[in-house]
Amino acid sequence: MVRYFLKRLGMMLVALFMIILLTFVIEHSIPGGPFTSDRKVTPEVEAALNEKYHLNDPLPKQFLDYLNGILHGDLGPSYKYTGKEVTDFISNGFPVSAKLGGITVIFVILAALPLGILAAVKNGKWQDMLVMGIATIGVTIPSFVIASLLIYVFSFRLNWLPTFGLDSWKGYLLPVITLGGYSVSYLARQMRSSLLEVMGQDYIRTARAKGLSETKVIFKHALRNALIPVITVLGPTIANLLTGSFVVEQIFAIPGLGVHFVNSVSQRDYTTIMGVTVFYAAFLLAMVFLVDIFYCLIDPRIKYE
Amino acid sequence: MEPVIEIKNLKTSFMTSNGEVQAVRGISFSVNPGEILGVVGESGSGKSVTSMSILRLLADTAVIKEGSEILFEGENLIHVNKKKLRSIRGEKISMIFQDPMSSINPLIPVGKQVGEMIREHHKDISKEKIRQEVLELFRKVRIPEPEKRYNCYPHEFSGGMRQRVMIAMALANKPKLLIADEPTTALDVTIQDQILRQLKELEKEYGTSIIFITHDLGVVAELCDRVVVMYGGLVMEEAMIDDLFEMPRHPYTMGLLASMPDIEQDKSVRLQPIPGSPPDMTNPPKGCPFAPRCPYARSICAAELPDFVEVGERHRTRCFLQYPDAPADAHNPFKKNPLKQ
Repeated sequence: MVRYFLKRLGMMLVALFMIILLTFVIEHSIPGGPFTSDRKVTPEVEAALNEKYHLNDPLPKQFLDYLNGILHGDLGPSYKYTGKEVTDFISNGFPVSAKLGGITVIFVILAALPLGILAAVKNGKWQDMLVMGIATIGVTIPSFVIASLLIYVFSFRLNWLPTFGLDSWKGYLLPVITLGGYSVSYLARQMRSSLLEVMGQDYIRTARAKGLSETKVIFKHALRNALIPVITVLGPTIANLLTGSFVVEQIFAIPGLGVHFVNSVSQRDYTTIMGVTVFYAAFLLAMVFLVDIFYCLIDPRIKYE
Repeated sequence: MEPVIEIKNLKTSFMTSNGEVQAVRGISFSVNPGEILGVVGESGSGKSVTSMSILRLLADTAVIKEGSEILFEGENLIHVNKKKLRSIRGEKISMIFQDPMSSINPLIPVGKQVGEMIREHHKDISKEKIRQEVLELFRKVRIPEPEKRYNCYPHEFSGGMRQRVMIAMALANKPKLLIADEPTTALDVTIQDQILRQLKELEKEYGTSIIFITHDLGVVAELCDRVVVMYGGLVMEEAMIDDLFEMPRHPYTMGLLASMPDIEQDKSVRLQPIPGSPPDMTNPPKGCPFAPRCPYARSICAAELPDFVEVGERHRTRCFLQYPDAPADAHNPFKKNPLKQ
């Protein structure tokens, strides 16, 4: 088993390398560079800047230099914000995104799993229809629409909650709902269908034939089996939530990591694109890895060789 | 002798998008103490639905019709409340299912799953006592190295071993009645034989009555005291085991026997399959359900459903040709059993 996980770790590094390579190739194939913005600089200045940031070096050399930097924990300077390192963005932005994301993860799990279980147990009844109706809305309506509606109702009309910032617990409410809405809906649906499938299994009939109450049948026999596919999607969901969302951070003016994700692309801020992508990819891979370990704990049939 | 369980006019249907599937259309039989009753029939004859109806383990789409009676210890199981039903399930009536691979929870150690059966009905027994009882049960059903096996998961067991676990579970509370729904169908023949022998021994030891559901007449011959033959959701014939094999009185039973391989039979004689296929239960035939496949059918057979005729001691059959006033013409097959030619 240890050997399997070491192998997995090695494969994760390969995957990470491929992601870095692809991102590097793609960002450099977009026309323009970090200094070709609307504010024209003279050719001499541009040449000097390119010289300073080694942008005139052949691409393979730039790539190798970058890899070397990563190994030393250096993600390079930002091309757009003079004097800022990419690691600064991450070390300043990630804790903010992660805190919001962490609260959202808890909210998602506490809301999605019970709702999914309720819908499955009340299959076809009004509770099921209600939960699935809301979940369908949650999956289909984009988060910026939900955010706008929430702000309009709770901040503008009722004046209960602030429209931006995370200064008090009240500030977290709307971002958490906006950020987690999709995941709650998606996971609740997943939980419902998974539990429904398990409830049709032969061993559930055996449990009923033992004389167990329906509550015991669900919580002792069905739930653990039903959680396995849910955990599969939970890993990437957590990675997604913790690394921040551009939309939510933009709308609620939250100084997180997600904002850099999108802005860096439009600004051709090569090092920031790379840095944030590599960070996100590494995080996602780690979460998937954790899910694999978690499988072992929940399902005795899984023995990694 | 007071029967352990008495089923009277049981009707179970499934409500589907294609209409009502009348899986069981009014069957009656009873089981005596210490008796092994075989329920035989082909797929779709309603035998499994009958067994599931007893403990009300059917899917939500199933409806047990008004007027059905399943009498157990003076109560109609169709109408007892859920709490009462749960106290009967596993404690007084237990079940063994067809597929041992899927009938045990894959995430719980087998010892714990058997122990759960005891704990559920005997709250005051200590954990250690339950463990001891489970180990004793494992020994009884011949699971080797019970201590070692106690903490194993189902996937570490073979099919036969899992069925032994199921049997241990079913017998944990020494039930009055054991319903075995094709318990050996998914197992290979040698294991099947061991399991059958074990069931028979345990039946003797515990005095448990058994309803044994199967499509395999060979298994019935080996195990059962009495047999109920089902077809199209109805009982076609009911007889003591020897009578059924020696003097089958219903053409369907005869067909079943003729399609059974015999080890002493001349290899050149081909097995006789019953031509045709079972009726569509969304629209069951008005008359005898076997009439379309019956070589002896007459016009009346398709028109109306025959009643039961007593043809011997504890031997009844549902066939017009067994009516005392049936014409005794040359084609009447019941003068002799075609199998004994």
